[in-house]
Amino acid sequence: MPTMNMLQAINNALDIAMAEDDKVLCFGEDVGTFGGVFRATSHLQEKYGRARCFNTPLVEQGILGFANGLAAQGSVPVAEIQFADYIFPAFDQIVNETAKFRYRSGDLFNVGGLTIRAPYGGGISGGLYHSQSPEAYFAHTPGLKIAVPRNPYQAKGLLLAAIRDPDPVLFFEPKRLYRASTGEVPEEDYQLPLGEAEVTREGTDVTVLGWGAQMEVIDRAVELAEKEGISCEVIDLRSILPWDEESVVESVLKTGRLVITHEAPLTGGFAGEIAATVQERCFLYLESPIARVTGLDTPFPLTLEKEYLPNHLKVFEAIRVSVAF
Amino acid sequence: MTTTQDIHSPQFLSGDEFSIPTFRLLKQDGSLYDGAEAPELSREQALKIYHAMVATRVLDERMMAAQRQGRLSFYMQCTGEEAAVIGATAALDDADMIMAQYREQGALVYRGFSYDEFMNQLFGNELDYGKGRQMPIHYGSRKLHYMTISSPLATQIPQAAGYAYGQKLAGEGHCTLCFFGEGAASEGDFHAALNMAAVHEVPVIFFCRNNGYAISTPSIEQFAADGVAPRAFGYRMHVIRVDGNDLLAVLSATREARRIAVEQNKPVLIEAMSYRLAAHSSSDDPSGYRSKKEEEAWREKDPILRLQHWLTEQGWWNDDEEKALQESLRREVLETMKRAEKRPPPPLDSLVSDVYADVTPALQRQLDRLKTHIRQYPESYPKGARSLDPDVKVRDDASQGGE
Repeated sequence: MPTMNMLQAINNALDIAMAEDDKVLCFGEDVGTFGGVFRATSHLQEKYGRARCFNTPLVEQGILGFANGLAAQGSVPVAEIQFADYIFPAFDQIVNETAKFRYRSGDLFNVGGLTIRAPYGGGISGGLYHSQSPEAYFAHTPGLKIAVPRNPYQAKGLLLAAIRDPDPVLFFEPKRLYRASTGEVPEEDYQLPLGEAEVTREGTDVTVLGWGAQMEVIDRAVELAEKEGISCEVIDLRSILPWDEESVVESVLKTGRLVITHEAPLTGGFAGEIAATVQERCFLYLESPIARVTGLDTPFPLTLEKEYLPNHLKVFEAIRVSVAF
Repeated sequence: MTTTQDIHSPQFLSGDEFSIPTFRLLKQDGSLYDGAEAPELSREQALKIYHAMVATRVLDERMMAAQRQGRLSFYMQCTGEEAAVIGATAALDDADMIMAQYREQGALVYRGFSYDEFMNQLFGNELDYGKGRQMPIHYGSRKLHYMTISSPLATQIPQAAGYAYGQKLAGEGHCTLCFFGEGAASEGDFHAALNMAAVHEVPVIFFCRNNGYAISTPSIEQFAADGVAPRAFGYRMHVIRVDGNDLLAVLSATREARRIAVEQNKPVLIEAMSYRLAAHSSSDDPSGYRSKKEEEAWREKDPILRLQHWLTEQGWWNDDEEKALQESLRREVLETMKRAEKRPPPPLDSLVSDVYADVTPALQRQLDRLKTHIRQYPESYPKGARSLDPDVKVRDDASQGGE
């Protein structure tokens, strides 16, 4: 089985999807000849032509408007927003159009073919505008699906699932791991399920939950915790919307403790939603308060990025506090 | 690529170098301007167009009256702009996609959307294709290639560019026509759309209904330029300005635009100059921002009368036929309205369907909880309780009455 980094796995998934179905189109800023600023769409234009893989003008609301129209027409657009920080000009198209297309037309029309790819997250000295994790804004919008992969294998399988899913999917890619994360990825076509979390490590004392780039952070924290004899169950949520309540609840009913971590700011972050649901469904089983290890309620910093990020030490401390409560 | 000549002193251009003419064929008395030639138009299609214009006017008048009687929550009229909307639609292939703003019900009438179908949407009953989810006038029809209306302005414009790009790749010779107002053309989506359509050589017709007002804001406060048309130059796009009350001119211009779009894969901008004779919506009162005198001046340019005069000149229409048509349409509006308002609302389960292709488990739980609650208080939720299950007895909802 070949070893790929996350970009190669994403490129491979797009290649498979485009080869399989003429209706699949990849476009966005610098996506064409150049293959995207991160090279996720490398060689796709050479292979499938300028009509199916192309640059767009620099206009995010236009990219998503165009993509919505294409999807409504029956095409399968995979639109790239160069950085998730720049998705906001397209917020109206995504929240008011993409998400409501099927519902408002009574299923006469839909944009289920649409996938929106956007690199997200910090740890690359990107400062305010190349580091944000905007998943919670979109999680508040029924009609969207949101997936976040943690490694190359997950990226390929989830992206192929997103492209073929009958609903529009926002696919947030942890850009810090684009080249840093490598692993074995099958060459052949495969899909991983949307809406299903994965228990990546079984344990009994505490459940530690995250998604995307935070999974690597969690693994390091859990290593420290295990050395202290704390048995951790680790869950990669994988899909933010719809999210897999059952798997999380099942785990917390077993461990009685939950630590949730994400890079986005604390207030209004998706950890709050998970915590609310878990306390509702696991109230009498909880041994300690649900902990949230997140970014601070500030814009994303630059020189103090290391201090800001919810790193493995902060997660480790939260695990200790939770278990010792 | 910019092609330009060098100059060596700072000479600015203002755009006033371009003067955009208005294309007109038909005078108000039904005769053609000197040198103007009517487009090829069979008696059958001419009467179909005229019928659609009158049917739209009658529908609008009756439904606005119904709104005033409290039978309908909201309404918007196409009044004054029937020639622009129906002329453009008549120039298309019936399988071309139309993505409209909200005031273009005439396009649907022309394509054969029945009064029953209109009424079902207006009353949000169980037969409404949109399942009672949107305010009145948000029509859509897949079979008639008319995209469901969405309230946010201008969002349909870049979507039309994308839809048309898909049509180009499909290679079946279809295009998309996108309606919007001169106010919506101020939104960013308009500029994004025109630029992308030009860059990607998309078979789309951007049809601007310049009716003078965005709710109360006159076009003079919407843009400093000479209307919307000059913007096409900035995107290197074909453009024409047309008298929007002149059915023959709109038909002719849009046919030519369609030819450019489909044969050359190039977008076209049409600016139709017209006037919104009615209020913006049932919630608006134009007396606060424009004069009766101004309205009267435009009433004299009524697009329906203008076409009627032309039809009469052709010997294709007479007063008796006019009277019979008006009477039968008025009767049909009343009958279909009565039918539609008596129909029950969509079932409770439709509250959660179509959010996704399949109802998610979390959403199903929310619906189940809601049902439990409604069973506790059925009298407080008559619409929802009616379709809940046979055990729940509810009195007839008074608001579902009417004549």
